[in-house]
Amino acid sequence: MAATAAPRSALVGIMPLVLRRIGSALLTLFLVSAVIFTISGLLPGDAAQETLGQSATPEQVAALRHEMGLDRPALTRYAEWLEGIVQGDPGQSLVANMPVRDIIAERLPNSLMLAGITALLAAPLALSIGIVSAINRGGTLDRTLNIATLSMVAVPEFLVATIGVLIFSVKLLWLPSIALVSDEATWGELLRSIALPVLTLAVVVMAQMARMTRAAVADQLDRPYVEMARLKGLTFRRIVLSHVLPNAIGPIINAMALSLSYLMGGAIIVETIFNFPGLASLMVNAVTSRDMPLLQACAMIFCAAYLMLMLFADVVAILANPRLRAQ
Amino acid sequence: MSSDLFTRRGLIGAGIAGAGILVLPGQRSAFAAPRRGGSIRIATQSSSTADTLDPAKGALSTDYIRHFMLYSGLTKTGPDMVSRPSLAESIESSDRITWHFRLRKGVSFHDGSELTSEDVIWSLRRHSDAKLGSKMATIVKQFAEVRADGRHDVLIRLTGANADLPAILAQSHFLIVRAGETRPNGNGTGPYRLAQFKPGVRTVVARNTNYWVEGRPYLDRIELISIPDEVSRVNALLAGDVQLINAVNPRSTKRIDASSGHGLLATPSALYTDLIMRQDRLPTSNPDFVEAIKHLIDRPLVKRALFRNYATIGNDQPIPPFHPYYNPAVPQTTLDLDRARWHLKRSGLTGVRIPVYATPAAEGSVDMASILQEYGARVGLDLAVNRVPADGYWSTHWMKHPMGFGNTNPRPTADLIFSLFFKSDADWNESGWKNPRFDRLLVEARGEADEARRKELYGEMQALVHGQCGVAIPVFITLIDGHDRRLKGLQPVALGGFMGYQFAEYAWWDA
Repeated sequence: MAATAAPRSALVGIMPLVLRRIGSALLTLFLVSAVIFTISGLLPGDAAQETLGQSATPEQVAALRHEMGLDRPALTRYAEWLEGIVQGDPGQSLVANMPVRDIIAERLPNSLMLAGITALLAAPLALSIGIVSAINRGGTLDRTLNIATLSMVAVPEFLVATIGVLIFSVKLLWLPSIALVSDEATWGELLRSIALPVLTLAVVVMAQMARMTRAAVADQLDRPYVEMARLKGLTFRRIVLSHVLPNAIGPIINAMALSLSYLMGGAIIVETIFNFPGLASLMVNAVTSRDMPLLQACAMIFCAAYLMLMLFADVVAILANPRLRAQ
Repeated sequence: MSSDLFTRRGLIGAGIAGAGILVLPGQRSAFAAPRRGGSIRIATQSSSTADTLDPAKGALSTDYIRHFMLYSGLTKTGPDMVSRPSLAESIESSDRITWHFRLRKGVSFHDGSELTSEDVIWSLRRHSDAKLGSKMATIVKQFAEVRADGRHDVLIRLTGANADLPAILAQSHFLIVRAGETRPNGNGTGPYRLAQFKPGVRTVVARNTNYWVEGRPYLDRIELISIPDEVSRVNALLAGDVQLINAVNPRSTKRIDASSGHGLLATPSALYTDLIMRQDRLPTSNPDFVEAIKHLIDRPLVKRALFRNYATIGNDQPIPPFHPYYNPAVPQTTLDLDRARWHLKRSGLTGVRIPVYATPAAEGSVDMASILQEYGARVGLDLAVNRVPADGYWSTHWMKHPMGFGNTNPRPTADLIFSLFFKSDADWNESGWKNPRFDRLLVEARGEADEARRKELYGEMQALVHGQCGVAIPVFITLIDGHDRRLKGLQPVALGGFMGYQFAEYAWWDA
């Protein structure tokens, strides 16, 4: 009874905090949208000029600007966009002549899938590497893992990706060199085509997560309660899994949330090299074509994903550590 | 008259060569009978959410290829750069002002409806609507009247004589869409039907079994994607994920050559990156300064170092040596430091610091600027190279500084390149030079029916641009495509890569 009641009351206890955080997240989103609107307005050229490109004549630009509604004051345009997004309508893409919603709907699942599969692969591996290396601190295994993770952090992802392609695609012909995500593909084909992007991303985020895990666990292993538990005669396995981990979970979850938010928006290099139709390249597209509604929608998604992951990490940390709840 | 210009040329070539087939056994397969079937994937260097099914709005190679797969035009330009009737059955004009096009009968759109003069008129007239944002808006200003003359006849009356109308209409922008389509959706009379279109992701087309040219096209299915990263694009070709790519960097040609299963298709083209010296700004308006700069360019070095010899040496005028109207009598400008020093002294600009704007948006311009800076330093010219981002270059920097770089795509006719970029009142008169004699020659040549006389006129215009215009054209850049050797029927068309973007109708899979 008591065991089931405790987490529930803990959840109820942090509800005000969660609500406050959601409130401030909405405010953050609003501020971010204002900043993005302002800064992208400072970029040279607008959607009309970029669409017509090198061959633009002044009359054409003026006509297209009028057609796109870019000849109205910036504040009016921002207010309209804001009104739309509050009602859940991100508007119409200036360049593609399609609702932004449809374009996002096409790309978002791809990005989520890439991030999801990478997280499923990277998180358990990173956790194990971190814990194993913390337990064997100073040992040969620890040092080997340290060198491995540190070099993974140090090597840029475009190098990992390019070497991966040269070995697995061009030489061995095992995996495709580009990620061809299509609707007709079976799961097997899909996994094969995204294998290299997932591996590349996993290498990058895994190393960071493993480093954080090692640091957090190692820090806890030095605490007096671990010594106490040992003196009580608990097995080492039990000490690590049920005493050390709950205490170390806060920073670990935090590092994971940061890595995962990176997977959503920061995968631009991997998306470019493997030609993966994800959100990050869509956003870069939107910037170069000055497609404001699309750019705003992408920014909102990345920002919201980041805030949600951070909130989730904090909630987990608080639930795992009653001391934080008292504050 | 014949629309079979590619195969016809191939046959003529085989006939003239006679024993050529025996001499070049490697070439044999080029003449082998094309086989039907096969499904390929091709990758271009650019695609974005701006990808379109509307021929009028086509902006990039990906668009042109897509449009030539789905639609047909009134005329078509072949490898010999001659434009012949295509959807038109015959073209007649006595004064080159009023043109009469008789349409082919029994041609149907993918949705089954018959091609009539209504469709042609709709397709040509829509370019004049400023709201559409057509790339040809300035060119259609020449159309005084476009009207139907019965169900299968179209009359075009121009504002002035223009012998190049067939070549102008052969561009992808003038491909014919169905009457009434304000947003074309792929329903054309072209060799392939649209199966899937996702802007920025992929286009899939399937063979149009009802295509109006008997026996063509050959491939069952083509998937068009883009891989913007050049290294990835070459890797995808070598890994067998795609069978045809464009925009191969000269540095990657070794990798493709080394693979036994892959080949290169080099297309010498009129594409050039030019150094602009504004004639309406100081100090670049000084003719001695322009002369000094032209003699400071090491053209063979640019060709060798920047383009690994995949380029043709230019002579500061836009007509390349392989063009029918090229004038070989214009003396070639070469690197001459003494002359440059002498001209620079006369201009009084020795030691003055002058900024040059270069950008990755104009291919090779950053390296060209650096080379120029080096040679400039030897004769006492102090150039400051300002490297600016590709993003927004055309709207913010291009033609706005006394000295900067531009980049011009091949145009189908000499008239177009001269009218768009060198005429005194042209919007993109890059250097802002004004030459009344040039303008007069341009109008005269445009309406001239006699080819020999025309060549003479264009020859004089080349000499004028070479000698007096504030534009330096170091080299013409060769376009390089890479392909799987099993993909046959490809040959260079100087209009652009991928056989002037029209490969889909002629390519076949030999496996």
